Amino acid sequence: MTDKKTIKIAVTALNAIDSPGPGVSVIRGLREAESFDVQIIGLSYESLEPGIYMHDLVDKTYQIPYPSSGTSALFERLRYIHEKEKLDMIIPNFDAELFSFMKLAPELDKLGIKTFLPTVKQYEEREKFNLPAFGEKYGFNVPESKAIHNIADLYSIGSTFDYPLVVKGKFYDAGIAYNIDQAKSYFNKISAKWGLPIIIQEFVHGTEFNVTGLGDGEGNTISAVPIRKQYITDKGKAWGGISISDKEMLDLTDQFISSTKWRGGFELELMKNKEGKFFILEINPRIPAWVYLAVGAGQNIPEALVKLAMGMNPKPFSDYAVGKMFIRYSWDMIVDLEEFQQISTYGEL
Amino acid sequence: MKIKKNVAISDSGFIFNPDTGESFSANPIGMEMLEMLRDGMDYEEIRKNILDKYKSEKDTVEKDYNDFITMLKQYNLIENDGQKDD
Repeated sequence: MTDKKTIKIAVTALNAIDSPGPGVSVIRGLREAESFDVQIIGLSYESLEPGIYMHDLVDKTYQIPYPSSGTSALFERLRYIHEKEKLDMIIPNFDAELFSFMKLAPELDKLGIKTFLPTVKQYEEREKFNLPAFGEKYGFNVPESKAIHNIADLYSIGSTFDYPLVVKGKFYDAGIAYNIDQAKSYFNKISAKWGLPIIIQEFVHGTEFNVTGLGDGEGNTISAVPIRKQYITDKGKAWGGISISDKEMLDLTDQFISSTKWRGGFELELMKNKEGKFFILEINPRIPAWVYLAVGAGQNIPEALVKLAMGMNPKPFSDYAVGKMFIRYSWDMIVDLEEFQQISTYGEL
Repeated sequence: MKIKKNVAISDSGFIFNPDTGESFSANPIGMEMLEMLRDGMDYEEIRKNILDKYKSEKDTVEKDYNDFITMLKQYNLIENDGQKDD
């Protein structure tokens, strides 16, 4: 029998729409942790997030207020949940909520709830509209980017950008525009959903690669797994991918972590152009939805993240399996109305 | 001309490049060529082997060999420092 410690961890992003949240993948990694056992508390925003109903993965779920409600509403809700559940740690997984959790981290720590998140400076430096300055400061190739707040600005950016160009939302969504009409259409669609600014980015031709990893906050790489997305949806989301062994990508990841002293999980979105030069397109400040591939390849990033937060000093991973693939599928669960009613009415299930 | 050392080639002709995650399928004659390249044979040796084994013309083998090598280069399966064609 094992006498492993049981850690109670709250996890967000239990959704699984066509742009799925990382929560369920993170939980699968935590359930497979070798160094501790877990109890999982789901934190949801909507009643139809599938993770709420996955009772073999999530022990209990509480709804939490949207980030737009402000940090005090979130803190009050978390304090209530903590009174009931005695949480050891929270792993937030949505870009849009990270800032609130980073702000609340000291207060949560006072309650005994650990987090392991990037600093506000790290978070802000890598924001899409700050990417050119980030590239210059740390010596990375990045595409030219500009934040715009007004649709009329699309007419004046012609001097800086050639078509096609990429129109991006602050947190999510992007579209490749081949002319001003398409750019305007993306501007309206994306800003209606995610607000302003909209980021206009130079389109880099090439092959897209991604790396997920974990930094210890002191400049050391705890984990890094590069992949190539093999099946990409029209939203740009990977539904199939494979781990690869590109040393240059690993070196670039080490450079990213050591120069920024990155703290926590992350995903680098990279483009390799025809000349073999890597460009950083985006730095996502959290674990990606495909993280279970890294777990399957031998680097359990969610487990190592918890160990960092809990002061358990994880050893840096030195290896992973190359040629491991993930193939994502969707799965229809049958759920009784009572469960839906419970979470919708009481905010707990 | 050398196939990159870390490129995995299975008996069924499935080729996997672990640097890029790309995979390809070679037909039986492609497989034979890959094996000969892996064994370090130069063009002359490969041509001789093919002509000994199959009924074909020298010019046809040369054209097919060059097409094949171009494709391997294009897919980044050849060692960079061994680009000089023998």
